[in-house]
Amino acid sequence: MSVVSTPTTLKPADLAIDNQEVRRIRNDFPILSQQVNDRELVYLDSGATSQNPLSVIEAEQEFYEQRNAAVHRGAHTLAVAATDVYEDARETVARFVGAASNEIVWTANATEGLNLLTYSFSNASAGRGGEPARRFALNPGDEIVVTELEHHANLIPWQELAFRTGAVLRYIPVDDDGGLKMDEAASIINPATKIVSFTHASNVLGSITPVAELTELAHKHGALVVLDGCQSVPHMPVDVKVLDVDFLVFSGHKMLGPTGIGVLYGKAELLDSMPPFLTGGSMITKVTMDGAEYLPSPTRFEAGTQQVSQAAALAVAVNYLVETGMERVADWEAQLGQRLVSGLQQINGISVLGPPAGIERIGLAAFDVDGVHAHDVGQFLDDRGIAVRVGHHCAQPLHRRLGLTASTRASTYLYNTTDDVDFLLEAVAGVRPFFGVK
Amino acid sequence: MSAELQQLYQQIILDHSKSRHGEGLKEAAEGTVAGQSHQYNPTCGDEITLRVIRNGDTIAAVSWEGDGCSISMAAASVLTDMVGDGLSQTELLGLIDNFREVLRSRGTVEADEEVLGDAAAFSGVSRYPARVKCAMLAWVAAEEAMLASR
Repeated sequence: MSVVSTPTTLKPADLAIDNQEVRRIRNDFPILSQQVNDRELVYLDSGATSQNPLSVIEAEQEFYEQRNAAVHRGAHTLAVAATDVYEDARETVARFVGAASNEIVWTANATEGLNLLTYSFSNASAGRGGEPARRFALNPGDEIVVTELEHHANLIPWQELAFRTGAVLRYIPVDDDGGLKMDEAASIINPATKIVSFTHASNVLGSITPVAELTELAHKHGALVVLDGCQSVPHMPVDVKVLDVDFLVFSGHKMLGPTGIGVLYGKAELLDSMPPFLTGGSMITKVTMDGAEYLPSPTRFEAGTQQVSQAAALAVAVNYLVETGMERVADWEAQLGQRLVSGLQQINGISVLGPPAGIERIGLAAFDVDGVHAHDVGQFLDDRGIAVRVGHHCAQPLHRRLGLTASTRASTYLYNTTDDVDFLLEAVAGVRPFFGVK
Repeated sequence: MSAELQQLYQQIILDHSKSRHGEGLKEAAEGTVAGQSHQYNPTCGDEITLRVIRNGDTIAAVSWEGDGCSISMAAASVLTDMVGDGLSQTELLGLIDNFREVLRSRGTVEADEEVLGDAAAFSGVSRYPARVKCAMLAWVAAEEAMLASR
């Protein structure tokens, strides 16, 4: 038995994705052919969660039908089959981001990955993990640096870590266009900085952050670099060895995979010296009534029964992306992103958040409609079958900085055509007239 | 666009959302008591601070400050107009209960214009469960503000 993961649309790597290919890709995604409010669904909310190809959906079912068992336990045949699926999936995901298998820790989602790091560092600060873990310990006066762009998931865990340890949380501010003030970054990151955590691509602005520059700054001062890859890993080639970040988190459900699974990458030598976050079964070597010794990474960080069917399905999703070609996906979405922004810019009363057309961005754009609240914009678009995100997109500080409480965000993926973008643009042009705003 | 959307965004709602009645918090005059409530919807960031001023058992005035979608702002404006008629506390609570029942009915309970007046225009909201909280924001604030004035 084998899981079919090949897109029906394989093309040589040198050929760019076009609408014709996307229409074939769409056939792999059952949900996209449905009607919403008597209209054809136009799904432009992949930044929140992506849709799944049939092969991914079937992979979970196939696992439950044929291989379901607890992994890393038991000598029976099914247990071995389940463990193989689980570990093969880890290898697939590792290869996808240029890591080794033992550097990939399964988490529930990216949020859990970030909490794993902060709680592990917290435990190190309390003396757990002994001498090797001391490099992760934070003390009063130590500094953690994030940016004003961050999703709440890459902000609040660090706030909490700072509260627990007495460390100071600082942030790199953004300018009016949402660009990071890199001149200030050079002084904000200093010898007291222990951790620098930032997003690779903004989930609100679509802008791509200068990872190399920030990583170099952080490493110059001996700080660890944590990268939030939620909006980059699904949409562009990402290689952790090239980026040289120390940790990377991303979520399965944003990259054609199921919910309930995410990934934490960490350099092996770091993960192996970190104390665990969640403790319990499966992550130990020896347990007495007084204490326990722990397995090396990644098992050390995977306490309890794991999300095996989700790992299997995520691997199928990754293969789907690999076979489509991440360079090609990135190029296509960059086109969609530019089309989106340049179109929005031409509509009266619409302001795009973040970089204007012509500047590099992923296939995502958030915008403000003058005189109409984002919630009303979303309702109007939904009536036409267009799914977008409205609200603060889990980035309240960034919205406040830009003078807004909420915005409307359209985000594309490899299954969106230029027609989807044009349809959105046409609909957005009708918003202010509908609400009677001049 | 669909009939449902037209039903949701009736002209009276769009008008109230732009020309908002009761906006700007009023100070309580001597001999009256005031109660205030702040309501916040974390999913969309809508918020309102609403003050009820009571003269004995009679609601003397409702005033508010807020920021949010057209539904939430219009609902605050319509509420202000309705209460301006000098309702008793019991009448106001009854009105709020009636409004809530219609909104939460998913379209199964018809709004009685005799009772709800202009607020009956919000009955279209009941077909959009995600928007019920928007329409209720000011009304919940009024309920709490009135109780706080006791």
